[in-house]
Amino acid sequence: MEQKTALYACHVACGGKIVPFAGYLLPVQYGTGIIAEHMAVRTKCGLFDVSHMGEVMLEGPDALKNLQYLLTNSYIVMDPGRIRYGILCYPDGGVVDDLLVHKISNTKYFIIVNASNREKDVQWIREHLQGDVTFSDLSDTYAELALQGPLSRQIALKLTAKLPEKYYSFLSDCDVSGINAVIAQTGYTGELGYEFYVKNENAPALWNLLLQAGKEEGLIPCGLGARDTLRLEASMPLYGHEMDETINPLEAGLNYGVKLDKDFIGRDAIAVHPLRRTRIGLKAVERGILREHQDVYLDSEHIGRTTSGCYLPYLKGAYAMALVEVGKVDTGDTVYVDVRGKRVKCEVVPLPFYKRTRVL
Amino acid sequence: MKETLKDRKYTKTHEWVLFNEDGTADMGLTDFAQEHLSDLVFFGLPNVGDAVKKGCAIGDVESVKAVEEYNSPVDGDIAAVNETLLDNPGSVNADPYGVWVVRIGNITAEGELMDADAYDAFCTEALKDEE
Repeated sequence: MEQKTALYACHVACGGKIVPFAGYLLPVQYGTGIIAEHMAVRTKCGLFDVSHMGEVMLEGPDALKNLQYLLTNSYIVMDPGRIRYGILCYPDGGVVDDLLVHKISNTKYFIIVNASNREKDVQWIREHLQGDVTFSDLSDTYAELALQGPLSRQIALKLTAKLPEKYYSFLSDCDVSGINAVIAQTGYTGELGYEFYVKNENAPALWNLLLQAGKEEGLIPCGLGARDTLRLEASMPLYGHEMDETINPLEAGLNYGVKLDKDFIGRDAIAVHPLRRTRIGLKAVERGILREHQDVYLDSEHIGRTTSGCYLPYLKGAYAMALVEVGKVDTGDTVYVDVRGKRVKCEVVPLPFYKRTRVL
Repeated sequence: MKETLKDRKYTKTHEWVLFNEDGTADMGLTDFAQEHLSDLVFFGLPNVGDAVKKGCAIGDVESVKAVEEYNSPVDGDIAAVNETLLDNPGSVNADPYGVWVVRIGNITAEGELMDADAYDAFCTEALKDEE
């Protein structure tokens, strides 16, 4: 039985097309449609309910020690108020989940995990905790709203005096028109944006305040459909696609989140075995829409499968990310993807497909 | 919802068919279909000359999130396809009854077809089932 987030009534009021997702009822789109919602985020601003995401807290003298052992990344050199990507691995190097660690202090870390993996992550972490540390699952008390797009900053500043200035930084205890919130400069769209963490009971008020504040800028609510097309256009990995329990972080191209010079669960498996597969970007150069789980061919040789794919609204083309045998192809090479029995010609293109131009 | 036009017939799989004076028939997608699919991004069209059978798939259409087949309302063969859909699939979202997808000729049999009122009732029931 699916749960409703604190914003369910808001979605219905906004004309959301509700679907089940990761155990929750959420809008896949509103009346505007996925393409319009995607373009709003790229050109103006969009507002997402991401309350289905999980929030957990690791606290105590041994909190850092646990992070170092559980996660692939290193959290030793890190200022409070900063955020760092991390990956939970199995002993064989396969991925449990990817997540974001928010450092509140040397002994207190707020961690955001994927909705679909929350229970699995909580169990995994609990089973591997060591020393003097407490671990709590706060997911059911927090709602999360994501405000994403080039106009997000000016809209948010109408409601709050201070915003985190750097990408992957956050502020605790913010006053957003009287609502207490943690505000992080993070997002899953490839645009400037902020994620607001508030208590469930305050979520509808914040949703409405943001929509009202962003009205003249053209802010619209956006659903899961646009969330997926935006992250794919920005070539951001999604658990269950670019990585899962059978794919290790280096194969998924997540080298920036992996520090092999320290010990962590799965380190040896990842470090010892030479890389056999790699993530690449594909663009269809003839008619056809690339989707996930489609076979990729170099001439007649099967070299791998797509992990995600769709029509990208801003770039106006069919793109896919694929996991293929290492060393087989380079940027510019031609491969063929089997789209429901038809071979579609593609070009290997660099990742990310889309990168926003940063205004200083 | 756009008004269901009375000049044509409808299938249970949400295609409309308009019989032309020259004996051919135009087929398209209904407003119900385009509402459900939402933004269309790709049309897979059959080839001119392909034989088609009533109730059977003749091509597919893709939205951002899904791929769906569309079916022929009659037995016959493809006389023409609307090539504007190759570059502008979204035109069906904007004007489902004004944009034809294929034209079928040499019609030998019709499938199960409903008139506008029967189709409206069918859609109302379908929406109830979804709730």
